[in-house]
Amino acid sequence: MPSITKPLIPLAPLAKNELGLTIRDYEGAMSTLCAGCGHDSVTAAIVHTFWELSTPPHMIAKLSGIGCSSKTPTYFVRGAHGFNSAHGRMATIATGANAANRELTYIGISGDGDSLSIGLGHLMHAIRRNVNMVYVIENNGVYGLTKGQMSASADIGSRPKKGEANLLAPIDPITLGLSLGATFLARSFSGDKEQLVPILKAAVAHNGFALIDVISPCVTFNDHEGSTKSYKFMREHEVKEVQTDFVPVRTEIRAKIPNDGATEVVMHDGSVVRFRSVPTGYDPHDRLKVEEYIRDRQSRGEIVTGLLYVDESAKEIHELNDTPAQGLAKIPFAKLCPGSAELAAMQKDFR
Amino acid sequence: MEPTNDQDPSYYHQVVDCQWACPAHTNVPGYIRLIAQGQFDDAYMLNRESNVFPGILGRTCDRPCEPACRRDRVDGNPVAICRLKRVAADLKGDITDRLPAIPAEKNGKRVACVGAGPSSLTVANDLMPHGYNVVMFEQFDRPGGLMRTNIPEFRLPDKVLDSETQVILDMGVEVRYNSPVTSLRALLDEGFDAVFVGVGAPRGKELDLPGRRDEVESHIHIGIDWLESVAFGHVTEIGKRVLIIGVGNTAMDCCRSSRRLGGTDIKVMARRPREFFKASAWELDDAEEEGVEIVVNHAPKRFVIEDGKLVGMEFDVLEWDEGAKRSTTLSTVTVPCDDVILAIGQENAFPWIERDLGLEFGEWDMPVVDQLTHQSSLPGVFFGGDAAWGPKNIIWAVAHGHAAAISIHNHCTGVALEDRPPVGMTLVSQKMGMSEWSYHNDYNPSPRQKMTHIELTKRFESLDLEVELGFSAEQTAREVQRCLNCDVQTAFEAPLCIECDACIDICPVQCLTITSNGSEADLRGRLSAPSVNLHQALFVSDALPQTGRVMVKDENVCVHCGLCAERCPTSAWDMALFDLQIPYAASANFIPVPQRVASGATAQARR
Repeated sequence: MPSITKPLIPLAPLAKNELGLTIRDYEGAMSTLCAGCGHDSVTAAIVHTFWELSTPPHMIAKLSGIGCSSKTPTYFVRGAHGFNSAHGRMATIATGANAANRELTYIGISGDGDSLSIGLGHLMHAIRRNVNMVYVIENNGVYGLTKGQMSASADIGSRPKKGEANLLAPIDPITLGLSLGATFLARSFSGDKEQLVPILKAAVAHNGFALIDVISPCVTFNDHEGSTKSYKFMREHEVKEVQTDFVPVRTEIRAKIPNDGATEVVMHDGSVVRFRSVPTGYDPHDRLKVEEYIRDRQSRGEIVTGLLYVDESAKEIHELNDTPAQGLAKIPFAKLCPGSAELAAMQKDFR
Repeated sequence: MEPTNDQDPSYYHQVVDCQWACPAHTNVPGYIRLIAQGQFDDAYMLNRESNVFPGILGRTCDRPCEPACRRDRVDGNPVAICRLKRVAADLKGDITDRLPAIPAEKNGKRVACVGAGPSSLTVANDLMPHGYNVVMFEQFDRPGGLMRTNIPEFRLPDKVLDSETQVILDMGVEVRYNSPVTSLRALLDEGFDAVFVGVGAPRGKELDLPGRRDEVESHIHIGIDWLESVAFGHVTEIGKRVLIIGVGNTAMDCCRSSRRLGGTDIKVMARRPREFFKASAWELDDAEEEGVEIVVNHAPKRFVIEDGKLVGMEFDVLEWDEGAKRSTTLSTVTVPCDDVILAIGQENAFPWIERDLGLEFGEWDMPVVDQLTHQSSLPGVFFGGDAAWGPKNIIWAVAHGHAAAISIHNHCTGVALEDRPPVGMTLVSQKMGMSEWSYHNDYNPSPRQKMTHIELTKRFESLDLEVELGFSAEQTAREVQRCLNCDVQTAFEAPLCIECDACIDICPVQCLTITSNGSEADLRGRLSAPSVNLHQALFVSDALPQTGRVMVKDENVCVHCGLCAERCPTSAWDMALFDLQIPYAASANFIPVPQRVASGATAQARR
């Protein structure tokens, strides 16, 4: 952990966003993770995302479970609401919080242990319910907090720092999500903010469950030769064929980025995700083709990154349940809970 | 851009803004850290190495370091460097045993110094340890030059001036007091191996307006001559109403001295608006605090003399255009007064140098002096201080003295004057452990400390009452922590970098960027934070191993907090102390410039 707190420098030439806030206003406490941890870069990407989107900090809710990754919500947007839940239960808590107040922007941070082992069941149901939230898996293939055992996302043949190579097949959250009907699936790399920040912005704009699998190297236990989730391995095996730009609602589209025949997806809030330099025949709406493409690349030892699948037409949890537009939390208690007489009357209807 | 050559001493030197701005390149952050540790003797000696007169300069320096100070760009107020210098000088103990040894056996070379001001004293300071015989010729009966004659005692007490000049004279300098040199030819005939001319710019500028010569009594004074008379006690009073013409630092000394000699209604008359004044802002403040009125946009027109007596002065009241280039006269006013002091500048005068000696004079009747070697066209005759290129200030005179001493040493030992010892550097890691440094790396938000002045009711009792009381222990403790340790450099080793972005994410001022290389203008447009200061360098690394991109650092507002190095998993970033090795004639060993070596090798060397 650093010896000092990151100081505030009065005259530092920092830009301001539409709310008049500098990026420093979107930071949190000092990270206690190892120096060089990929998670800190993901944290920084999240800071950039919310600052650039000018999201008011008090309209953000950040949630997590247990693990190195799950410590990180403390390190961004100190003005946001937060909940650090039990191991693997973040998706559940997020579902409940979202049900109670749909007006906040929800971001859950999890890891490969928290999401793909202990919390896998909860993750799958959150995907199924299409909870309107950003769900980030900081995936390093290793249990860092317990000194470096291989996790459920470790590739076959990947070697830990000490001991035998992994023999078990990995769980890939993207292909898992495709099979469960997920509506927004992306993979990225902590060492590539130019890609990660636009994906995070698109995920915030997405109306439904946005799952981002971020390969985030464990600099202490999984950054060696023989690891398939090291900085070096990622830089050698990452395939960025699916490249995306995020065009916010307020941007005059033509003026900023030339549209050279790219596929465009208009998000729920009117912003646009533009796919450029995608492989021939790639359709980010075609679940089967996307899975085929990812598996084909995987068999060649390549890791495809980018926003891989998006379905903006699916209904999210509140639309499915036909809840009021206003957050339940803001509805007066008497109306939200009309009393036993109303309950009895309603029950009578079902008899 | 080409990768930055951080083995070139001038790169990191420029990052230490104060040291770069100081003509004598005083190691400011180094001595401030020593003051912070209470090591006042060490701080004083480090200071003395380059600027020779820490006690004097700690009160009177023109402070080119302070406007350059990085802290000014960080919170709007530079570190009070000058005041801290005085702290070290005031609190030091006996340093006699730390002065260089003077060889009993002389080297047989005799050097004449004309004038006993700061540049000549510096020459003697640098040459005496080599066994030279230095003979100093001084027109007055005490040493110090303009430090004695032009700076009033309430700013620079005699005891401070005496002690710091005496330290040099005690090295065995032969001083001939009351001996103005009237002929360079005669001096050369004495057979000196070298002559150093450090006579300053001794002639105050005249203002030849109508009425100037009509006066019977003399109530119109030339500023620097008048200050000199005050310093030697020849003038002890002045009229009640005094006008000072001119608004430089000499004018400030004149008006404040007048205030102490009986003046009650003192006006400093300036031609131009305030933002164009030559005087240092703090000297203007001090004068105004003492009740001196500063009148702008008044151009002197004539002296009003009645019956041979000065009764006032007539001025045109001006209106200036933007930039104060052109003026129009609005009206004419007469300001009554008893005395007028002219402080509109000073000039060089060399009536004692015969023009047939082969010493060439150029424009403005100034000697032709080599900028590097300080030698005139007459081999063996050197110039320094205000005598070389016109009026500057004390710290420049000291810098000239150091440079001239090297030339004189070369001249006397048969080495070409251009063959000067190189400037060197050392760069040593300050890592003491995990997230632990040998310097205090945290940013301290303290505001600049304000100097306490002696009360106004007591201030004018005598001419020698020092106005500035110096920093208290508490003020010193706060002020030292404002220094950003710009000499503890962020040293980067590209081969070690794994491009994890940890340094980029932690930097409190976003001064780091990893990006593809480009031209400087292109890179400046792609930095993490806007590039607002084109005077500050960009550090550009070698290509990084994994992606071939480069690490770019905008040096502008880096606060040297070391967080990049603390968050670096591979120690590609390190905090390393940069020490500029400035050669002096007195240095025993000159440290040569290190050769550029492969970065990996320097990384090894650093550990």
